[in-house]
Amino acid sequence: MQLNDYEQEMLAGEHGQAKQYGMQQVLRVGTFFDAPNTVEIAQVHLMADPESLGVSGVEFLEGLATTPEADRTVVVPAVTDPRGVDLNAYKKLGQTDGMADLEIRATAAFRSLGFMMTDTCINYQTICPPVLGEHVAFGDTGSTIYANSVQGARTNFEGGPSALAAALTGRAPRYGYHLDQFRRGSCLFDVDFRPKDLSDWGALGAYVGREMASYWEVPVITGIEDTPTSDEMKQFGAALASFGSTPLFHMIGITPEAHDFKAVLDGAIPKSVKIAKNDLDTLIKSYMPSDDKLDVVVFAGPQLSLMEMQTLAEHLRGRKISNDVALIATTSPEIKYACDRMGLTEAIETAGGMVLSGVCFYQMYAREIGEANGWKRLMSNSAKLVNILGGYGYEPMLASMEACVESAIQGRITGDAK
Amino acid sequence: MTNIFKGHPGIGDEVTGEALVASDNFSARYDLDRIKGIFSRPQHKLCGQSYDGKILILNAAKGGVATAWMLQEMVSRGVAPKALILNFANPIMAQGAAFANLPMIDRFEVDITENVPNGANVKVIPETGELRILLTEANLICS
Repeated sequence: MQLNDYEQEMLAGEHGQAKQYGMQQVLRVGTFFDAPNTVEIAQVHLMADPESLGVSGVEFLEGLATTPEADRTVVVPAVTDPRGVDLNAYKKLGQTDGMADLEIRATAAFRSLGFMMTDTCINYQTICPPVLGEHVAFGDTGSTIYANSVQGARTNFEGGPSALAAALTGRAPRYGYHLDQFRRGSCLFDVDFRPKDLSDWGALGAYVGREMASYWEVPVITGIEDTPTSDEMKQFGAALASFGSTPLFHMIGITPEAHDFKAVLDGAIPKSVKIAKNDLDTLIKSYMPSDDKLDVVVFAGPQLSLMEMQTLAEHLRGRKISNDVALIATTSPEIKYACDRMGLTEAIETAGGMVLSGVCFYQMYAREIGEANGWKRLMSNSAKLVNILGGYGYEPMLASMEACVESAIQGRITGDAK
Repeated sequence: MTNIFKGHPGIGDEVTGEALVASDNFSARYDLDRIKGIFSRPQHKLCGQSYDGKILILNAAKGGVATAWMLQEMVSRGVAPKALILNFANPIMAQGAAFANLPMIDRFEVDITENVPNGANVKVIPETGELRILLTEANLICS
């Protein structure tokens, strides 16, 4: 991998320990993927919840944070993914002081490095949406697939250690989805209906994602005639990325690089995989439990937009959630502030729900809070969340927001969900 | 029987150990109880089995980005696989392996999950991208 003079200096430690770490990480990963050189990136989105970091990860960050300020400060705008502890709510959720302490230490270290603590996975909706052709380093699968596919930006999945390296050096290895040849479609899916609810869009993403053999496959979707909303694309992409480890899709006539088949497919148009509504119904039913017991309803993964928060508030306004069920919604600090101003938080909390700010459910020590609260049976309208939480000891199921809310009020799985 | 399999040059140092093999995919967040050191996802073929100290041989990297931090966290607590061998890594696995200095190889000429018997004693050589089955008596019986 070719490095220019400045990059060689960073690698040699001439610009400090933090940048040296950054170039080492860029070089190791770039070499593994045969990157010819680096690409300068315009912004960074970094995932580093305390559960993932652990004590050793936080100590590593604290080590960088003690190096001279001029050496350790990020060189491009750098924002953060959801944190693991909402300090205003952690005790109520059964999180421990030890978890909160690790969160505080990690946050302090990131601030010291110059990160802006946006604590959101929907930065592409709420902070600084990237534009067509912009090279970025995004570190949440949902933000990556949305930036690549819907906004036409260019990034690989940049996990925490590499997003940090990108922020400190302003560079990422030039391979994969930074390059034209990797952004061509590799398979075709023909959808003969329009998904209705956000949960259906997630189920569609899950269906396609399950068909993906590896990170390098790029699914092309056709048959969607009416342009999806940003939240629909968000749920579709987040589920596709979660089930498939997929960072890019094209939707013919809708996403910016896919004006038509020729724009994204080489050679003859491949035989398509047909997807019908029945296929999604079968997928959703595969998560259906045999009884109607319910412990917790979660709206998260990705964090909710202002529009989703408004819909949730309208479903709950003037109603009362069963005492036997917890209802949690997570959103970004910016959207939470807007919800507070607009009375949406009050509507949800008056009904008995919790609105958490700057966190996402699966990144909040999901196993431990499940055990602390006796939560096992979980409902969500997020296919991504349902996919993740099985490994954390939950029995998750997928349903529309309306069915989730109705079930939370009845205290059992009910309505359209059954 | 072939005993040497060639992949793409990998990450980390040479290591030898017992192979834990399945045709399933891999994500540290989605599939593991990292405290107990076992696979915990009910749908995973290795559910309930310990990965601690094993050469983990699986199909493809799946799931989210957390694995990039989690591999180092697992290594730091001493409850981690000795190496990761995949048909197809993704950037997250590579970034996590690089950060943790955990040996990893992918992109073999054959489906590696079909060619290494579960429980075999294997040597992982990331510098050349080689995985060798060591011909111990147990391996000969296995094969």
